[in-house]
Amino acid sequence: MHALRCLLVLTPLALLALGVALIFGSVPLSLADTIAVITGGGEPLHRTMLLELRLPRALSAFAVGGLLSVAGALMQVLLRNPLADPYVLGLSGGAAVGALLAMLAGLGVALVSGAAFIGALVSTAIVFGTAHGTGSWTPTRLLLTGVVVAAGWSALISFLLAISPATELPGMLFWLMGDLANATQPLAPLLVLLVVVAVAIPFGRSLNVLARGPQQAASLGVAVRRLEWTVYLSAALITATAVTVAGSVGFVGLIVPHMLRLLIGYDQRLLLPASALAGGTLLVLADTMARTIIAPEQLPVGVITALLGVPIFLWLLHRSQAS
Amino acid sequence: MSAPLMALDGLCVDVPERADGDPLDCRFEGGQSWAVLGPNGAGKTTLLMTLAGLRTPRRGRILLEGTDLNRLPRRRIAQRLGVLFQHHHDGFPATVLETALMGRHPHLRAWELEHADDVRAAEAALARVDLLALAERSVQTLSGGERQRLAFATLLTQDPTLLLLDEPTNHLDLHHQIAMLELIGQEVAAGRCAVMATHDINLAARYCSHVLLLYPDGRACWGSTDIMLSVPALEQLYRQPLATGTVDDLPVFLPRTGG
Repeated sequence: MHALRCLLVLTPLALLALGVALIFGSVPLSLADTIAVITGGGEPLHRTMLLELRLPRALSAFAVGGLLSVAGALMQVLLRNPLADPYVLGLSGGAAVGALLAMLAGLGVALVSGAAFIGALVSTAIVFGTAHGTGSWTPTRLLLTGVVVAAGWSALISFLLAISPATELPGMLFWLMGDLANATQPLAPLLVLLVVVAVAIPFGRSLNVLARGPQQAASLGVAVRRLEWTVYLSAALITATAVTVAGSVGFVGLIVPHMLRLLIGYDQRLLLPASALAGGTLLVLADTMARTIIAPEQLPVGVITALLGVPIFLWLLHRSQAS
Repeated sequence: MSAPLMALDGLCVDVPERADGDPLDCRFEGGQSWAVLGPNGAGKTTLLMTLAGLRTPRRGRILLEGTDLNRLPRRRIAQRLGVLFQHHHDGFPATVLETALMGRHPHLRAWELEHADDVRAAEAALARVDLLALAERSVQTLSGGERQRLAFATLLTQDPTLLLLDEPTNHLDLHHQIAMLELIGQEVAAGRCAVMATHDINLAARYCSHVLLLYPDGRACWGSTDIMLSVPALEQLYRQPLATGTVDDLPVFLPRTGG
């Protein structure tokens, strides 16, 4: 009942955000124009603007926001640490190095995305391989490995920025901050989001049990090692997908699961689909702001999410200490 | 003849930096309650974790209803065997009822939601440990003793045939210690088997049918309570002089000072 109510609130909010993203932009459209285009009419210019520019971008934003939030929620359970986010294990650093190398080599958008994806997977493999060590990996060990690997990537990023020609720098910085300007193919990330949420929900109860510690979970019948592997690899894969589409958009994966936990509780079966919806909604709105605040110029969406995310997060943290 | 609930076949638990000691060949049957006694560091917790399949033994086999524990998936094990841990992790905060409901996990399929029956089982278990009034409270607001009772309620909700209990009376006041052991006694009377690590010889004497003594050097012996709980054996086990007497026709043991 409770679950149904949450999804009944979040779904219209998501649709509303998509509507807002279609109407607003450097050239605002009237509601009537937008409806005309959606129903199959409207002026050709409006049609092009809405269906070929704004809609794919808004859907990409939705997918990326949803993916990052789900990945954040998964990482927080896996590491049993509420401060974990999708990038905590150094994945975004690996992706960034891959992307920057591709840009430096003068490759096109598609190859930059491909390089980012490979970079993310390389980072995942390094962290998981070394954290595993000789024995079993503990959350602390995984976290420490991730933090150190991330520091290594960030040094490489600084190095690449230092040796890059000035003309490449704006593009690189936009990528590093997270930017949806090149996100024109929403289908693949949306599909990944749908599949991951559909697959994750049946694991939800096991994840609830896992949050009580690996031994307790094992004694309640959870195949802990297998579940942890699955969670880690799927979180890595969906983060890599998100980063490939939009660069490293920060804070969504940290904040959205947190806010939802305060609002709807800790049941992963509800939290994961709700994260997908709320994260998507948030990033669609943030990207609409990124496109309109200084129009016709655009901001990287990561700036907006960070500017919104930092105060919200500090407020949440302050509030949770008080209670 | 059906296989015992659990049979140990030359089991040697893996306590780091200790010789193998005596291999364990006990059989735990329904209707028995076992006390595992031994000084700190003798390996009581290690033994229980090994029996639960959460630690690999150094050698030997553990048979759960005749099947090697290694060969059983965790879910099947959890349907038969439950553990009360010494330390409880709350993870992300949940309510008391939600926590007890987790006991149903091994009985539900992945896509199944908890049924009304499951909620009733959890509520019944909470009522038995005297926590039903707190069902909607957050676990984080509970005292140590209340958490211990909640962990036991989760175990009752899980409804295993073999209960492995690591110091079940931890954190409990006198009344709740007795209440806990009475509850364990009811489970045993219903045909289940309890194996509990404890430091309380007197409660073991009162509530347990069998005793397993674990010595720090790995030696071990086991048998029925009336035979095993002799003053010389216990004095040697704890390296502590003991006085003994009789209350309600049952032996009591008290440590002597000095000596």
